[in-house]
Amino acid sequence: MKSLFLSTALLLAAPAAFACGTFTVGDLTIEHAWSKATIGADRPAVFYVEITNGGSTDDALIGITTPAATMPMLHETVVTDGIASMPHAMSIPVPVGETVALSPGAYHGMLMGLATALKEGDRFPVTLTFENAGDVTVDADVLSLRAEGPDCSDAGQ
Amino acid sequence: MQRRRAVILGLGATGAAVAFMLGVGAWRTRDRQRGNALLPLPVGDMDWDLTDHRGQPVRPLDWVGRPVMAFFGFTWCPDVCPTTLNDISLWLEELGPDADRLVVALITVDPDRDTPEALADYVSNFDPRIIGLTGSAEQVEKAAADFRVKYARVPRDDGDYTMDHTAGVFLFHPDGRFASIIDFHEDRRFAVPKIRRTLS
Repeated sequence: MKSLFLSTALLLAAPAAFACGTFTVGDLTIEHAWSKATIGADRPAVFYVEITNGGSTDDALIGITTPAATMPMLHETVVTDGIASMPHAMSIPVPVGETVALSPGAYHGMLMGLATALKEGDRFPVTLTFENAGDVTVDADVLSLRAEGPDCSDAGQ
Repeated sequence: MQRRRAVILGLGATGAAVAFMLGVGAWRTRDRQRGNALLPLPVGDMDWDLTDHRGQPVRPLDWVGRPVMAFFGFTWCPDVCPTTLNDISLWLEELGPDADRLVVALITVDPDRDTPEALADYVSNFDPRIIGLTGSAEQVEKAAADFRVKYARVPRDDGDYTMDHTAGVFLFHPDGRFASIIDFHEDRRFAVPKIRRTLS
């Protein structure tokens, strides 16, 4: 446990690349929380993150909240017979020993009712609610609209 | 005398041209009815009238003679459309100047919100060769029908709405023949050669 604290402290001290912070709650590790810049505040923003379950019980992400948007929801992009739809995801399973990614073209958080447009370089908190582990607040970093994900190769992970 | 003869000849030629065009029209109509219900029509047989993100009118015949890459989406879409536009921008960068002749068009399925100005704001974030097209609800419906694209407005609880839509990217040869579809999530290693085949 001590070493975990130590490594966490070291990680925090390291010159972290953008969107490369690590957060933990219970046995879950949350990394790579990011979003894309928006054009104005009318269009919805997106939220992506990776969750690793290092424990011995399955968990599930059941909701997100953020002061950045009045109506954040979990969605899944599904392509059926070539037609893309975006059904609401009631819960995103995080099985034991697995890393689940909310990523472009798959599960994602959709942030509707933005308080203000998101600009590249902004950072905003997002609280993730898990069925078993409870709540954890992470920092999401806003990358460009053309980003495919954070580049964490220098973050010492 | 000379002049009168020229006028008569001219009228005759115009009449023949009109008859020919009518004939072509009838043939096209027949062909459309026969057309494959699953595959997009050849570009030259399409019949829609849209406006690009600069406010310029665009019709299918404007595209005949150039290879075409077209896809449907909407700019209020947070995930699928920016992902597709990102992919396309990367393909175009990989193809370099070879793709300069390619028509690359995002056709909106949400003309209510996607005005030419809204499209201009949006496409300016991606490869400059990508154009945005919008139009009346009727013209967008016509375009979708010609491409065999499906879309539907999905209301949300808060009164807002989102759109379901065909996510593939359509490729056409310079003569307007349909070439192939790049599916959403298709590997770049396959997408770029598919595009290249329409360029030659």
